[in-house]
Amino acid sequence: MKKFKINKSLKDNLLTYGMVILAYLIMQILIGTGNVSSLMQGLLVPLCVYVILAVSLNLTVGILGELSLGHAGFMCVGAFTGAFFSKCMQDVITFSLLRFILAIVIGAVAAGIIGFLIGMPVLRLRGDYLAIVTLAFGEIIKNIINVLYIGKDSKGFHFSLKDSLSLGLEEGGTVIINGAQGITGTPKDATFTMGIILIILTLIIVLNLIHSRDGRAIMSIRDNLIASESVGINITKYKLMAFSISAALAGVAGVLYAHNLSSLMATPKNFGYNMSIMILVFVVLGGIGNIRGSIISAVILTLLPELLRGLSNYRMLIYSIILIAMMLFNWSPKFIHLREKYSLKRLIRKNKEVQ
Amino acid sequence: MKKFKKVMSLLLVAAMIALVGCGNSNGSAQTGTTDNAAGTESAGDASAAEENAPAQAADGEVFKIGAIGPSTGSAAVYGLAVQNGADLAIKEINEAGGINGTLIEYNFQDDECDNEKSVNAYNTLKDWGMQMLVGTTTSGCCIAVAAESANDNMFQITPSGSSVDIINNNDNVYQVCFTDPNQGVGAAQYIGENAVAQKVAVIYDSSDVYSSGIYEKFVQEAANQSFEIVSAEAFTADNKTDFSVQLQKAKDAGAELVFLPIYYTEASLILTQANAMDFAPKFFGCDGLDGILNVENFDTALAEGVMLLTPFAADAEDEATQSFVSAYVAAYGDTPNQFAADAYDAVYILKAAIEKSGAAPSDSVSDLCEKLKGAMGEITVDGLTGEAMSWDADGAVNKAPKAMEIVNGNYSLIQ
Amino acid sequence: MSFISYLINGISLGSVYAIIALGYTMVYGIAKMLNFAHGDVIMVGSFTVFFAVSMQGLPTAAGIILSVVLCTLLGITIEYIAYRPLRGAASSLAVLITAIGVSYFLQNVALLIFGANTKAFTSVVTIPAIKLAEGQIIISGETIVTIISCIVIMIGLTLFINKTKAGQAMLAVSEDKGAAQLMGINVNATISLTFAIGSALAAIAGMLLCSAYPSLTPYTGSMPGIKAFVAAVFGGIGSIPGALIGGIVLGIIEILSKAYISSQMADAIVFMVLIIVLLVKPTGILGKKIQEKV
Repeated sequence: MKKFKINKSLKDNLLTYGMVILAYLIMQILIGTGNVSSLMQGLLVPLCVYVILAVSLNLTVGILGELSLGHAGFMCVGAFTGAFFSKCMQDVITFSLLRFILAIVIGAVAAGIIGFLIGMPVLRLRGDYLAIVTLAFGEIIKNIINVLYIGKDSKGFHFSLKDSLSLGLEEGGTVIINGAQGITGTPKDATFTMGIILIILTLIIVLNLIHSRDGRAIMSIRDNLIASESVGINITKYKLMAFSISAALAGVAGVLYAHNLSSLMATPKNFGYNMSIMILVFVVLGGIGNIRGSIISAVILTLLPELLRGLSNYRMLIYSIILIAMMLFNWSPKFIHLREKYSLKRLIRKNKEVQ
Repeated sequence: MKKFKKVMSLLLVAAMIALVGCGNSNGSAQTGTTDNAAGTESAGDASAAEENAPAQAADGEVFKIGAIGPSTGSAAVYGLAVQNGADLAIKEINEAGGINGTLIEYNFQDDECDNEKSVNAYNTLKDWGMQMLVGTTTSGCCIAVAAESANDNMFQITPSGSSVDIINNNDNVYQVCFTDPNQGVGAAQYIGENAVAQKVAVIYDSSDVYSSGIYEKFVQEAANQSFEIVSAEAFTADNKTDFSVQLQKAKDAGAELVFLPIYYTEASLILTQANAMDFAPKFFGCDGLDGILNVENFDTALAEGVMLLTPFAADAEDEATQSFVSAYVAAYGDTPNQFAADAYDAVYILKAAIEKSGAAPSDSVSDLCEKLKGAMGEITVDGLTGEAMSWDADGAVNKAPKAMEIVNGNYSLIQ
Repeated sequence: MSFISYLINGISLGSVYAIIALGYTMVYGIAKMLNFAHGDVIMVGSFTVFFAVSMQGLPTAAGIILSVVLCTLLGITIEYIAYRPLRGAASSLAVLITAIGVSYFLQNVALLIFGANTKAFTSVVTIPAIKLAEGQIIISGETIVTIISCIVIMIGLTLFINKTKAGQAMLAVSEDKGAAQLMGINVNATISLTFAIGSALAAIAGMLLCSAYPSLTPYTGSMPGIKAFVAAVFGGIGSIPGALIGGIVLGIIEILSKAYISSQMADAIVFMVLIIVLLVKPTGILGKKIQEKV
């Protein structure tokens, strides 16, 4: 019985990796044969971004069992540090792959550190209170980035929280982060292949964590905090571990996001609480704690508004109806009951079990 | 069980899409990044045909013009104006027989005012076969899309994307509106040269590209002018209902004029709140302020005496503006704002450039772009938003700003 | 002198947050769910008044009544269609996501019906402003009405919950749904009633919000909704007096930080204060301390 279980989880993981790799191969073949629309090609990198975000948030929500509404904030930190680095080093490191990898590492570390710093005080809170505090941090990060001005001239870097004039740059100096106008002209280093590699890396990190001793400790905190404390599990350490890894991965997604668009701004749309909630929707729709589910739902929900473009102005209305319908279908006890009763597959499986 | 759940949800989505997506699958866009399902249908094709019935010519015999802007989300008012303004112009051109006898097909895509969605919208239009782009509406999105269109060498003319980053290094992009620095400097010079006021306060949106862009240049130029900036206060997109503090500071600093480089939605609130606190300075704005008189149910007496530098006013007396406004109201039930006029002009500018260059719909996107780029330097267009508009090679427009003042609930030109 | 006028501005802004937060906290206290669509019910309420009064020319009182009735019905319908089927779902997050779906839905319906253009809302308040110290301090009629409504609603709700049978049933449902059902309480009806009251409050809040800040778009409700949510948490979510205190404190902090620290970073400062308060007092100012049993 025990052996069977291990096999099952291994099989499960392999299925997840296989799915990603298969999707990659199919896409590459389709691109190679010229069967992919420009829309789809343009969507490939964003899809990778959202998949990474969904998987990383699932670590906090599904595995650690804490509701976080500030995930976009970590993405924002990653995006801006990564883009800042690339922009500064554009002339120094001309080999774009190396520059991009370094940017990813820097973005991940920066987001991870911020995650750690935020996690330390706030992980003491529980439930909806933690949710609101993470939301607050997300908004603070966005707000600060919006008033942050960094410029560079021969004397080095200049910072300001007021406007670009108070940087006091000398002639020939350039403003790199220009407040609300963000960073423009980030090199477009993100590619689909790079995105898939990052997804797989994320999956390796998350899945290995889940199936490790640490992962079981984290899940025991989720299932019963007091019981796990009583058997000597260091609650703070494991909570922080899951939270900062999740933040660092969100930072990776942010770097990928920033290097896919030539202009990066922190708007309420892309780094505000709306985005955090959107990522949460991916996680909940895909099944809390279910990594593969997160991947699938992130892909579906990112594609859906694009597929609905034919409806012109009714697009977002239909999208919201589908979202509600999918949630009811996936989560309502009544529907689950109905589905179980009338599902063909289950009937077949039952017959097999009888045999 | 879990896996089954996923398959079911995938099927559900697929079914939904099949139900709603007009069934116009031409197989060119078949994909699916997951293992299966979620087949992509080229949704753009369906909407195009509906939106422009007159343009039913054979393939390759029409100019395909795309437009992008936010038609949902909090910036929807600007996107919808561009959508309708361009639509109106294209309908007129088609009814008059098209450009050099060639009809135009038109397709507008929503970008929700998000950079990434804007690039998606651009790609959707490319799949549809767009040859020229009127867009995008907002500055931030426009920078992102301009990088893509420069890559494809697609001719792009933005009605209202006013940031300089849009045209910098992108020689395929042209603007109908003034650039932000141009507006900021223009406003400062106007106030200084005409001695409108000595003590000036600024209230701007620090989270908005357009507003902070103008603000910066305004402050820079103000140093060379005779007036003094006594207070400069910001607000953000998340905090734009209460302006009491910003107004109080301006009042305490004794400001005679408040410069508002912002959009009219917030400006209408500022005017109301200033009135409530008995603060009556002169208000001075840029083109974003146009439309303030058309806010439904707004007490226009509050806007009395507001001055703005804008290229367009819906109440202008000239014939072109009046016929545009009445046609627009008849078609869409709203009074057009400056965005609609910019988009309307953008289409006519395209028409002029096509006629000048002799471009044909059979040209490739890149050839078309080269021809139009050549023509842009040579044409001058009289439009709603400016007389004798001409363009530099960098893509910025040359036209004279008009200073307007609101008198008796109407815009009137200050000579 | 300017400090006092900032303070008064803070109280007027805070009173608007407070009145929205009352509805929020009421629904949260009983149904234990974050109703993200609350802000959009506010928007529907304001649009109803706008439609009835400014577009159809009905008297203001009729518009107010119509708006309250419509929002009440809307609240019950939303609860019935979108939230009730998820009661007893494996995770409480499911209903949070549906609430977000409902929020998008309401925004887009309003966008399609009324368009994206900003509407100027005619204030429903006719009381003139009070001017003190030779016109240097102005308390607007809207502020007075909002604060009075807040206090009336707060007292009314407290009495309702503590003194009536339906209110007691609500308390019982919030403590333990299963046990309440065993005691013969109709849980579904009780939660419907909660949503009905919450949405009626949203209609009133919407009118007062738009009277104080007369700009109406399909997205008018979302940001004040979030701010009110923060206010509710600030005061201790689920606590009715807490919502009032939280709202007003939030408004004052926001205005003062704009005035004395930085107008660009006001939001960051507000959220920072919230975090500090929650770290010191993890259930908000008036929140109940929940003891977890082993």
